[in-house]
Amino acid sequence: MEGSEMRTDGNAIAGVLQEVFVREVTTGRIACAGCGKVEPIGAEHAYTQAPGIVLRCRHCEDVLLVVTQPPGWNLLAFPRSRWIEIAAEP
Amino acid sequence: MAELIDETTRARSIVLNVPDWPGHRAGQHVDVRLTAEDGYQAQRSYSIASAPEDPRVSITVELLPDGEVSSYLVGELRVGDQFELRGPIGGYFVWEAQMGGPLLLVAGGSGIVPLMSMLRHGEASGASVGARLVYSSRSWEDVIYRDELQRLAAGANGLQVFHTLTRSQPEGWMGYAQRVDGAMLSETAWPASSSPTAFVCGPTPFVESVASTLVLLGYPARSVKTERFGPTGG
Repeated sequence: MEGSEMRTDGNAIAGVLQEVFVREVTTGRIACAGCGKVEPIGAEHAYTQAPGIVLRCRHCEDVLLVVTQPPGWNLLAFPRSRWIEIAAEP
Repeated sequence: MAELIDETTRARSIVLNVPDWPGHRAGQHVDVRLTAEDGYQAQRSYSIASAPEDPRVSITVELLPDGEVSSYLVGELRVGDQFELRGPIGGYFVWEAQMGGPLLLVAGGSGIVPLMSMLRHGEASGASVGARLVYSSRSWEDVIYRDELQRLAAGANGLQVFHTLTRSQPEGWMGYAQRVDGAMLSETAWPASSSPTAFVCGPTPFVESVASTLVLLGYPARSVKTERFGPTGG
């Protein structure tokens, strides 16, 4: 299988992100540090076959967010993202 | 697990009674977790097929080759069985009646499932937003929700359904028999000038091809929402 066929959408990892952020965040936006584009998290590219979950910019494929979950922990890395915007609880 | 409905020879709807279900929005999914007696766990995401208005939650599962979860859900599950469910999940690939239309829904295979939730929601809420469904299946026998789609298309809401059958067609088939491409979409999709919202769901190459074609046809990229299956692993 080619790399591009492994791709899903940020929406597909909403469950894991909900565990980590304790709310639905895929309608929130994330800014790419590589190309500067801002998109809803749900619209970015997600790869779930790696050890951990990788969110990449849909425009330049820079790695925005990596989530790994060793037992009892959530580890987040933001290699190439500038900011995340999440709506406050209503 | 309240009811099983065989939709095709390879796809089955599973109707669930979920205690304390908080309600969902059309397009959301659930994570199903199965735990074997030895503690081995497997988890998969499945789109919700039922309308938010429906008190019972249903998912439709397609049997995948070597799919350890789908083979259990399609083959072995019995009424009354229980399994662990997390959800509803997701907020991006979602349509609610008040978001309006017109709606362009493009499905490849079992990518129809979350789009069916939207169509059922449209009908249950009485919204007349204008919806077109472009639905690619391998054969007429593989069309999920075939009868219900015919009923919806004959109904007052004026849903337009365009089937394409890519591998085999029944005798006398007058519909499309090709991959969903620019020529087909320019005949079936709303023109970009009517400011439609598009939801595209199916295998990853299908979704990417349709989404980029819609952008070429003038749809703004942000009006095209996608849900790629990716390598689901069954």
